[in-house]
Amino acid sequence: MKRQITTALLLVAALGLAACNNPDRYKNGMGPGGANGMNGMNGANGISSAALGDVNNPHSVAFFNQRVGDTVHFNEDQSTLTPEAQQILAAQAQWLKENSDFGIIVEGHADERGTREYNLALGARRASAVQEFLNAHGIPAARMKTISYGKERPIALCAEERCYAQNRRAVTVLSNGGNS
Amino acid sequence: MRLFRTLGLAATLAAAFLGLTGAAASAQEKPGQGPLKIEITQGVIEPIPFAMPSFIAENGAAQDYAGQITRVISADLTGTGLFREIPASAYISRVTSFDAPVQYSDWKAINAQALVTGAVTVQGNQIVVKFRLYDVFSGQPLGQGLQFAGSTGTWRRMAHKVADAVYSRVTGEGGYFDSRVVFVSESGPRSDRKKRLAIMDYDGANLQYLTPANTIVLAPRFSPDGRRVLYTSYASGEPRIYVMNLATGQSQVLDDQQGTMTFAPRFSPDGNTVVFSLERGGNTDLYALNLNSGQRTQLTNTPSIDTGPSYSPDGRQIVFESDRSGTQQVYIMPATGGPATRISFGAGRYSTPVWSPRGDLIAFTKQNEGRFHIGVMRTDGSDERLLTASYLDEGPTWAPNGRVLMFTRETAGENGAPSVYSVDISGRNLKKVPTPGDASDPSWGPLLP
Repeated sequence: MKRQITTALLLVAALGLAACNNPDRYKNGMGPGGANGMNGMNGANGISSAALGDVNNPHSVAFFNQRVGDTVHFNEDQSTLTPEAQQILAAQAQWLKENSDFGIIVEGHADERGTREYNLALGARRASAVQEFLNAHGIPAARMKTISYGKERPIALCAEERCYAQNRRAVTVLSNGGNS
Repeated sequence: MRLFRTLGLAATLAAAFLGLTGAAASAQEKPGQGPLKIEITQGVIEPIPFAMPSFIAENGAAQDYAGQITRVISADLTGTGLFREIPASAYISRVTSFDAPVQYSDWKAINAQALVTGAVTVQGNQIVVKFRLYDVFSGQPLGQGLQFAGSTGTWRRMAHKVADAVYSRVTGEGGYFDSRVVFVSESGPRSDRKKRLAIMDYDGANLQYLTPANTIVLAPRFSPDGRRVLYTSYASGEPRIYVMNLATGQSQVLDDQQGTMTFAPRFSPDGNTVVFSLERGGNTDLYALNLNSGQRTQLTNTPSIDTGPSYSPDGRQIVFESDRSGTQQVYIMPATGGPATRISFGAGRYSTPVWSPRGDLIAFTKQNEGRFHIGVMRTDGSDERLLTASYLDEGPTWAPNGRVLMFTRETAGENGAPSVYSVDISGRNLKKVPTPGDASDPSWGPLLP
């Protein structure tokens, strides 16, 4: 199950690459488990699934997503970066400095234990906390965008804290071409 | 009001119906009796028994309509939980002509307190529906007979109008059956929900989709005249508020500034202003946009999340939620901005406040000890009443008469799904609103003209 989720995320990340003009990588139904959606795509967004690259290539998107880590997690109803999150983000900043061709879209998400509109605002806070950290670590604001999905796109679906904890996240999605 | 003071039936019903406000009013009249006792559990209300013989088809073409219209009226009235229909098998009298005199004793004998009679005529695509309401125990009509005429396509609305008139005469309150609900129709797995704006009659009939399923849409809100809908959509890639003209189906973006997210919109009572949340750099404040002048005013300026704004019916105040105290709580401020007064002080987090169209109550979502509730409180925060409890209840919206709320209830887990529910402000009559699929974020529109 864990592996499936990871695979789905990678797929999504790949799809996100092509949608650099449109921060909503879920548009047209390209969400986790959206393989069918991809088959149904007409290619208008120029999807390139090769862009993930080899995870052993330190300049690849796959390396960033898996080895550096594209996701940080938050405590309940919080947008403060935990020490663990700061460690991951510092590594993200380092990678982004060395791979300056990439822009990023930071997605903020919330768990389902909150009302819809508050969670949109909370997701924005989380995305912004990540953006500010990266900015403070040398990534120009012009390379970054944020978007909040509130509780609209959970990745873990059980009604337990272990799933809520996975959903309280900010995901750094790479996009081609720096200033997207 | 005059009718319900003078007629026995109406007085009984009004007393049974009023629940919260009835009790509150008497408590206020007798200050020595202490504070109003908050009762969350369902009170015992005996529904009013009524008889409604199938409406008479006055010509052949009216045959099918007459039966269907009678069923819709019956569903409206019994669906309130305030009326109980006496089955036709118990009737002693037959009603064969709309204008024949009523045999009150026959209806009294079967304990019908109210009698509704009606007739339907169809000529081509034109339909005429007429009805009369009788107070059986006082032996006289309750109000004038009424007649509705229009195209046959509007037959359900005519049935709702009859039911609204009956409800209104018997309870002394405005009706709510001839109204529509705009909501989000959902499908697909929870991790990748397809969300479309949809509109339906209050009872789930006449569903129409308003947007395609290729993007996320959230939290639609009716304009006071029912002609426009505000909603939040990811159509441009970033969450933005749009306003849709229902007559044309055309939407336009409300406020489009780079690097911001806009959401949580609501119309002012005159329909000229939209209050909403605007997020910039992670911080969310409230703004008001005058739709005529295009002038945008910032109403709050705090480092907190200020969202969920809703105008008072007179347009002079705004109730909203803010986590400026550390957790989500409900505040009231002048509609022009300025000092805000916190009104929620109970345990837990309070959100999505919505001002009642009557002005007397504020409905809200409350989160406490892992449960979600829909509740109501007075505008000073007193007399909080929790009406529901579940894994996830949120986002109440008022019926046009301020007596019933709809809200979203979502079940837990991988196969969890949202539905629209309704509940009386007394906490009674909790039920699922029929929708063709999963549904969330209802916004209850005005009573139609």
